[in-house]
Amino acid sequence: MSSKNPVRTAPHYVAEVDEGGLGAVDAVRVSDRKSNLWLDAWRDLRGRWMFWVSAVIILFIVFVALFPGALTQVPPNDNCILSVKTQDQADALGVPIGTRISDHGPLPGHPLGFTKQGCDVFSRIVHGTGTSLSVGIIVTVLVAVMGIVIGAFAGYFGGWLDSFLMRLGDIFFAIPYILAAVVIMSLFLHDRNIWIISLAIGFFSWPSTARILRSEVLRVRNLDYVMASESIGLSKFRTMFMHVLPNSIAPVIIISTVGLAGAITAEATLSFLGVGLPNNIYMSWGNDISAAQTSLRTAPQTLIYPSIALSVTVLAFIMLGETVRDALDPKARATR
Amino acid sequence: MSALEPLLSVEDLQVAFKTQDGFVPAVRGVSFDVYPGETIAIVGESGSGKSTTAHAIINLLPGSGRITGGKVLFEGRDLSQLKRGEMEAVRGKEIGLVPQDPMNSLNPVHRIGFQVEETIRANGLATSKRDVRKRAVEVLKEAGLADADQRLRQFPHEFSGGMRQRVLIGIGLSSHPKLVIADEPTSALDVTVQKKILDHLEHLTAERGTAVIFITHDLGLAAERAENLVVMHRGKIVESGPAREILQNPRHPYTKRLVSAAPSLASQRIQAAAATGAPIGSVEVEGEEPTLSLLTVAERAAEASVDAPPVIEFRDVTKVFKIRTGGPRSIPFTAVDKVSFQVPKGSTMALVGESGSGKSTAAKLLLRLEDITSGTIHVDGKDITELGKQELLALRRKMQPVFQDPYGSLDPLHNIGNTIAEPLNVHRVGDAKTRKARVLEVLDQVALPQTVLARYPNELSGGQRQRVAIARALALKPEIVVLDEAVSALDVLVQAQVLNLLAELQSELGLTYLFITHDLAVVRVIADHVSVMQQGKIVEQATVGEVFDNPKTAYTRELLAAIPGVDIPLGA
Repeated sequence: MSSKNPVRTAPHYVAEVDEGGLGAVDAVRVSDRKSNLWLDAWRDLRGRWMFWVSAVIILFIVFVALFPGALTQVPPNDNCILSVKTQDQADALGVPIGTRISDHGPLPGHPLGFTKQGCDVFSRIVHGTGTSLSVGIIVTVLVAVMGIVIGAFAGYFGGWLDSFLMRLGDIFFAIPYILAAVVIMSLFLHDRNIWIISLAIGFFSWPSTARILRSEVLRVRNLDYVMASESIGLSKFRTMFMHVLPNSIAPVIIISTVGLAGAITAEATLSFLGVGLPNNIYMSWGNDISAAQTSLRTAPQTLIYPSIALSVTVLAFIMLGETVRDALDPKARATR
Repeated sequence: MSALEPLLSVEDLQVAFKTQDGFVPAVRGVSFDVYPGETIAIVGESGSGKSTTAHAIINLLPGSGRITGGKVLFEGRDLSQLKRGEMEAVRGKEIGLVPQDPMNSLNPVHRIGFQVEETIRANGLATSKRDVRKRAVEVLKEAGLADADQRLRQFPHEFSGGMRQRVLIGIGLSSHPKLVIADEPTSALDVTVQKKILDHLEHLTAERGTAVIFITHDLGLAAERAENLVVMHRGKIVESGPAREILQNPRHPYTKRLVSAAPSLASQRIQAAAATGAPIGSVEVEGEEPTLSLLTVAERAAEASVDAPPVIEFRDVTKVFKIRTGGPRSIPFTAVDKVSFQVPKGSTMALVGESGSGKSTAAKLLLRLEDITSGTIHVDGKDITELGKQELLALRRKMQPVFQDPYGSLDPLHNIGNTIAEPLNVHRVGDAKTRKARVLEVLDQVALPQTVLARYPNELSGGQRQRVAIARALALKPEIVVLDEAVSALDVLVQAQVLNLLAELQSELGLTYLFITHDLAVVRVIADHVSVMQQGKIVEQATVGEVFDNPKTAYTRELLAAIPGVDIPLGA
């Protein structure tokens, strides 16, 4: 008992036994909805307007990429004319013979005007969507796979493997990936395609994913359920795939959605610099922005519209990444 | 102010937290008085609203919390109505706070001195640089830290947990407040440290006539340290009054359950189901019958099992860790030092020790999660230190662990059914149908309904998760279960349930337990034999009765004396 002298005798108060009883200790909340990390995240996502806005934009972009013909019948690269020469052309465009079409503003059937080569800006943007999206997705998948494999092995097995892989990552990290991609693309002058450019971008951007996954794996690896699995007799590999990876993957998903936007920008940047995709085969927003530079004063539409397409796409993916991050983070969920 | 006036008077306090589903009440109409100089303890399990009540008094509720009704009268002023500036003048100066977690309550990038001086300046106790420094030294001296001058120049990481808590107590008491709120001040510390710290706090507050609100989950500790108790359950006060009276004559069914479940207050080993006649599934959920008490039936026939052959045998087991220093060299650290003991079949051996004593490492060595440096461990007479892959798998089948943290020991992405079935799948026991049947069988053994099969761990309470962990351990019909602090993280009532469950399973299935714990009180109700570990060595080894009645070493005596509430005589 306390060494102090009691200053008073407190009354002995006993509450009435309340309706709930003491059953709560044992009760299983079976009436509640099922929940786990992913279900909770989905329930949270459903309630965010930013998620729906970005999801609608992204679905639209995917649709455009898959079915460009649904939006425009005008070929993006063929039948481009610098000036109206025949009566047929004049009738189709509603302008007299001899009109310069190169860098011309909107005409009937060509809502966004023409490029310097006299190609339809709208059609080029629509057909360029597929390129941007493919590069974005291929790079993201490549980076995620490399990052996950390297990060997981480094984090889970530790020791010299960890040191080796992480130092390797540091080397790659120290080289700016755009610079590296410029060098790689310069090596492939004649046979550039979507795969080459994706590899060029992705091959140097895995270290940040690997680092993030490694730190998550390091955290999860020390949790009791991993130890429990090992003492059950689960092999190290199975423990890693069954328990460690699924519980460490959330940050990678977040960084990947934002990274997809970055990859699209990177493709545009390389194309802008002239080391991207050949502009006579692939429609690419970056190519168009690059080509539009020279006529910025006289025909701003050739620059502005591809830039808007690029910005909206990138913004949509960044918004998606933001909402997914908040949904997967219980702390951010609680404060909403 | 006359001595008969209460210093603090909480009247019908209501606190609610904002969540996604609207406001959820956490404190529902709590009223109590604190008189000058008295110590009052608020006791309750996690989620009972005890800490929330304390934080509401000094207006330190987290962002989503709000006082929704009632008054907090401190010397006649309603604290809940004060403006921020006025409240800041009360906090620290009039009401001090000793926070819960000494490890995270000091800023690691500032020197101790800076943090103590900050308090002194904030409360206007001294202004000139020299006076502040002088006062800071005094504060640390009062808090019981030797070489206060030197200590001020150190950083928090150079301090042990107990020393940090002393600093926090010093800070809390630095301006001689009239009231101190101590929120579980020692729950993160070892028992022997806890006793010293609380003795010191009691001494300081008694000397100055400071009133103390002491918040704890441990009824024994509360009764030992406070004159009056307030027992809270689900946001309400269920019983309050003089500590001794409540302990000896609890009237509310919840308090009765709490008193009978507190291991520090119980005296004997739990008897198995056979002795009490209570079948395992009969865990009382509805009525007020305290069937979950740690039954105090007379001595168990523990002697009988002593003659049984040892299932686990440690012979001079040593584990040396290499601590990396950052360079190529490493320092050897002996975590387990020539430990030898035997565990007879069907009995429970408790490995007791404070943090860093090597008890958990010993468990990991037995589970072969770490490799032994020297010595041998025999299980069923077979040396397990050098086993092939197949033999190791066979060993794992015989021996299963249950870990401390019910929140960490289950994979949050696997449902309960898959979690329990995992060991069966790994060892390819039977076909899908027999596995399913076995899962249902063990679920029944741990008294969980079948409806949990499709649920995920975060939907279950701590006690239920620990049952799932036990069910997973039992799935392979092991002979040995290694319980590493398996009940330490649980609330008292749930702890009592799990301990009872373990005892019943032992007698039913003839299990052998290696029970790792820091809590001697729990040892008394679950174990047959005790090995007390200190700094990697076993300092005392005997049956539970011998250790408790006739401890041989000073260290064991110190551990025993530190069990809170051990001297309080219980009523009928």
